[in-house]
Amino acid sequence: MNTAFQLFKYLTPESFLAETAFFVLIAGLFKSTASRRTMLLSLTLLGGLASIAWIALHPENIVICHGMAVIDPLTRFIKIAIVGLSLIACVYAAASNVREHLAEYLALILFSTIGMMLLAGTEDLLMIFIALEMTSIPLYILTGYLKKSSASAEAALKYFLVGGVSAAFLLFGLSLIYGVTGCTALQDLAKVPPATFRDPLFLAGVVMAMAGFGFKVAAVPFHLWAPDVYEGAPTPSAALIASGSKVAGFLILAKLLIYGLYQARGSAVWAAMQPGWLPMLGLIAAASIIVGNLAALSQSNVKRILAYSAIAQSGYMLLGLMAADKTGLSSVLFYVIVYALTTLGAFGVCAIVEQRRGGSQLHHFEGLHQSAPGLALCMGVFMISLAGIPPLAGFFGKFYLFAGALGSVTKDGHMGLLWLLIIAIAFNAVSLYYYLIVLKHVFVIPPAAEPAPRSPRSAAGTLVGLLAIAIFTLGIYPGLLLDPIHNAVKTAAWLASPHPQPKTLPGITK
Amino acid sequence: MPTALFPTATLLSALAGILLILILPSRWGGAAKWIALLSALTGFGFAVAAFRAYDLSAAQPIQFQLDLPWVEALRIHFATGTDGVSLVMLLLTGIIAITGVLFSWNVTQQPRAFFALFLTIIGGVYGVFQSLDLFLLFVFYEIVIIPKYFLISNWGSTNREYGAMKLTIYSVAGSALVLLGILGIYVLAPGAALNLQSLAKVTFPHSFQLWAFPVMFIGFGVLAGLWPFHTWAPTGHVAAPTAVSMLLAGVVMKLGSFSALRVAMTLFPDGLAAWRMPLAILATIGLLYGALVALAQRDLKFVVGYSSINHMGFVLLGLLTLNSLGLTGAVLQMFSHGVIGGLLFAVVGRMLYDRTHTRDITTLGGMGLAKALPFAAFTFTLASAASMGMPGFSGFIAEISILLGAWKSFPVLLIFAMLGAGVTVAFTLRALQRSFFPSLAAAQSAAAANPHATEPLPPITLPERLGAAVLMAATLAAGIFPKFLIDPILHSFESPQSLMHHLIQGVTR
Repeated sequence: MNTAFQLFKYLTPESFLAETAFFVLIAGLFKSTASRRTMLLSLTLLGGLASIAWIALHPENIVICHGMAVIDPLTRFIKIAIVGLSLIACVYAAASNVREHLAEYLALILFSTIGMMLLAGTEDLLMIFIALEMTSIPLYILTGYLKKSSASAEAALKYFLVGGVSAAFLLFGLSLIYGVTGCTALQDLAKVPPATFRDPLFLAGVVMAMAGFGFKVAAVPFHLWAPDVYEGAPTPSAALIASGSKVAGFLILAKLLIYGLYQARGSAVWAAMQPGWLPMLGLIAAASIIVGNLAALSQSNVKRILAYSAIAQSGYMLLGLMAADKTGLSSVLFYVIVYALTTLGAFGVCAIVEQRRGGSQLHHFEGLHQSAPGLALCMGVFMISLAGIPPLAGFFGKFYLFAGALGSVTKDGHMGLLWLLIIAIAFNAVSLYYYLIVLKHVFVIPPAAEPAPRSPRSAAGTLVGLLAIAIFTLGIYPGLLLDPIHNAVKTAAWLASPHPQPKTLPGITK
Repeated sequence: MPTALFPTATLLSALAGILLILILPSRWGGAAKWIALLSALTGFGFAVAAFRAYDLSAAQPIQFQLDLPWVEALRIHFATGTDGVSLVMLLLTGIIAITGVLFSWNVTQQPRAFFALFLTIIGGVYGVFQSLDLFLLFVFYEIVIIPKYFLISNWGSTNREYGAMKLTIYSVAGSALVLLGILGIYVLAPGAALNLQSLAKVTFPHSFQLWAFPVMFIGFGVLAGLWPFHTWAPTGHVAAPTAVSMLLAGVVMKLGSFSALRVAMTLFPDGLAAWRMPLAILATIGLLYGALVALAQRDLKFVVGYSSINHMGFVLLGLLTLNSLGLTGAVLQMFSHGVIGGLLFAVVGRMLYDRTHTRDITTLGGMGLAKALPFAAFTFTLASAASMGMPGFSGFIAEISILLGAWKSFPVLLIFAMLGAGVTVAFTLRALQRSFFPSLAAAQSAAAANPHATEPLPPITLPERLGAAVLMAATLAAGIFPKFLIDPILHSFESPQSLMHHLIQGVTR
């Protein structure tokens, strides 16, 4: 009884969002007019900001129900980031082509956000699965929200089927892990005697769980849903999938692997590989980087380019996880947040262009610098940041990520992960080509038709501008985001304890 | 203002120019060039001030040092400082910036964007030349890439989108190699934190040096036109608008050779020893190949483009000689080629092409250019003489030092380098003669083939005359009185406290 009460108290930010969602649903019963839409959005923003304020004002540090829910500086920071990102998607939604049932749409975004927050704040296998489903199910609906668009329906069906199968894999994997070790809490899992980790059943469980997460973060070979969903879904939904859901996904993947399964990591050092999740992650990362960047080269739709770019970017972030230490985790979190902001900005530009020109094919972007110079400049910032060119935040993020991964297993001039770094850096150079192709249409190719008259500023446009400024500022002064992340990661209890050194594997090596 | 801030002020003047242009209302777009000129003049002024304030008697060649924390968590600092080599490069950048603006005085299409991007490149170049932090250096190095793409693809000429994309891809591939090296350095020397002065004291593991040196040298070498990674240069130069060709040949290619010297050669002595010969061979091939290909071109801009490969081959060869003559010659050649290459591109791209709309040397020969545009003919003749390495011009003192340096270090390669210098004379004279002073028969047949040959050409404008005068004065000054450049350069190599001191010590023959 006491615990349940405690739980309610500590999950206040989440319940704020849930209440807001119900209010929005009720308010949506009235006839939809332009002013009503603004009212709905204001209500959503109010609830979201209240939730952020609550998190910011309650610096608690507590573990509830043996890790079912955890509140520490790191999770609080990530929760704030997630709510912020979702609110940006809400602003897009109010300005987008989701005209009917906006209230339900906003409520679904909030419900999904609750899932993401729970996901970020748990250290228990069971809760991870429940939170993942809470995140995903609203996202399926959000993807198929455009009733009259067959692309949207197709994307939703694809997303749902692939997502369902991967959820099944994840659940099966987690149950195998539970079956072998007898525990669901990550803190218990971290203490399991190392011999257990060589149980084939256990390894099968890890592989299946990784497949489930691979789907969540759109890593190759579990990426096939991404291009269709990014293209077909309403833009705010795609933006949410690419931003908040990714931030939560990477944090929980990091927790599961670096905390719970740390002892089962093996080694991905070239010529000295040992079985575990590291070599598997290495292969997935390399495949994502290669396939994502190469497939993006031949796309003609900007949202599809963003989808393949997202796959490649996931690959880079997995690389950071492979460092499996504090530096690696900080670099992944910095990168994923910067990436989320950038991709939100890029989707915002897509949404505005779709509104004005009826599509997001490359040719819809032609001559954008004449009709909307500010928007064009923002798109330039986002694309160049994604390509990792300084002085924008994306460059700094990549440098940190790569340095973290390379430094994790470097000794006496032998760099264990150099092979992955070479792949990542080479394909990052390739990626500049398709980002430049987008910018070529924005800045260089003159529009085929008469340039549209300059359009009035919209809330979404202003937001896109702010995001561009943020990306620029974070590139000039990364400390603004890096320092809070560093401080949060420093205090993370599950990383603070010195990891047991991996025992020389009895039974396999000799 | 404290003298220590003079080099930083060059950077700030470019930044101030960019910001002023960005806030300029579009209806006053015409003022952008004045802002750019002012910014370039200020930058040059500060470069000269730094040059005058440089203390040749101090034991520490890296002066004007500035060190501000930037990203404390990763131990990255905004650390800048200037030694004699950087100083010469800053001066060159100032000259090219001013003349580049003067030769783009006729840009009317989106002038604000043009000059803002132009100044971005200038700022990035100033930054690279004074960075003492490897991360900072790389940031400035990469900042230069994207503006090049837009300048060429938006304001360029022949085959501009292809040329721009090719140049960008090559640059990025080069910097990918560099980034790999930087990451290696970063994780292997955590204590030094990417500060070049601390890194120079670190001895990197031999196995690491063996692969990191070629990776970084070639990565930087791509930008310096190292054969066989040079192919972006001719197409890029030809596609670019005049001011950007001048920038590319004048300073951007120097970023490559400068950084190769400052980073790869300084930090990896073992790697340098192992890879010196193969790279010197590549440099020699480049200088010979560039000259031979230039001999076969019909397009005057391609002649100048390949001559850049030829001259940069000399620079790289000079760097690899590892003696004070060759190294000094290489730095002088960077300055000299910057000025002369800029001048040649200015004549071909601005004075000739903007008026005649052709760059074919035979067609140009039919236009009686020596009479129609005497100033252009005079400038081009003078620039050709300088490019061939005639005594009295900067090219002479630079190339002779490199060749003498090569004599000591690479006696066999010297033969080919001399051959290259000979072909340089041949292709320069050929281009000069055919386009400006053709034989009567050739001129008549070309004029007959071109109905527009006798149309009057607009006269050379004042900004063009000014720009050409500045560049000619620079090459003459450096040719007649090279001491004022050589002294700081030598000081940077020979001072015992220099980071590059071991480069010269390494060779004791």
